Amino acid sequence: MADWLDATLSDAELVAGCRAGDPDAWNALVERFSRYVSAIATQAFRLPEHDAEDVFQDVFTRVYERLGSLRSDDAIRPWIGQLTRNCCLDLLRLSGRVVLVAEPEEQAADEVIARLDEALTVREGLAHLGPECQEVLDRFFCRDESYRTIGAELDIPPGTIASRISRCLGQLRSELEGRKPTPPSSSE
Amino acid sequence: MTTYNEERLGELLRMLPPAPVGWVAAAQQLPFARIQLDALVQRAEADAAYRASVVADLELALRAVGVEPRPAVIDHLRKRLAQ
Repeated sequence: MADWLDATLSDAELVAGCRAGDPDAWNALVERFSRYVSAIATQAFRLPEHDAEDVFQDVFTRVYERLGSLRSDDAIRPWIGQLTRNCCLDLLRLSGRVVLVAEPEEQAADEVIARLDEALTVREGLAHLGPECQEVLDRFFCRDESYRTIGAELDIPPGTIASRISRCLGQLRSELEGRKPTPPSSSE
Repeated sequence: MTTYNEERLGELLRMLPPAPVGWVAAAQQLPFARIQLDALVQRAEADAAYRASVVADLELALRAVGVEPRPAVIDHLRKRLAQ
């Protein structure tokens, strides 16, 4: 299972670890936000894979270089979201393929980013479930694996997977509905 | 409070598939790459012949110090050498 789902460290603790030069903290931070950055590039701005990869590396380079300018360690998430958005827009504007990104397209991208923010909140909730639920939900929904593949990989009867998914979704819902909403925060 | 049903949760989980493994690994290598780049630039500042070889082929120079020559890294090295 990916390190991303380790919920023992908060975003702020990860940022503090990165500032202190802890390579494990950096690895975990990249892992934690990798899906979010990649999804903004490929889903919100529909960049082709090679451009999305450039944006991905550019975003994490900037994060690494500018962590010191982050006003609040808790603000890492909106900051990374904004950095990714700006990197995508810069790439589209500078690539020559699109001279100017039209306002309706930016608005549409922002609507997708808002949904991705919600998706990231759900993933954060997932990190608080047991490893069994994390794994089965990640494999089924995020990795698009079939019941047969999941059953073979986890050594469980395929006939029990649907009920396990339903039970785990119930736990995830309870986890999310018991949380306080994340307040919006400023970044740099 | 936001409420979720199973269908909505499934939709939201599907929105965040894993990023390609290679992308993640490259980003995780950034601190190492930064150290290597600093050493490379420092050596180029002290050694004109080495600097000329680096400028002649930035990709080769990066590979020689174990850094994947991705566009963002090449661009960063070019800017630092120009300073």
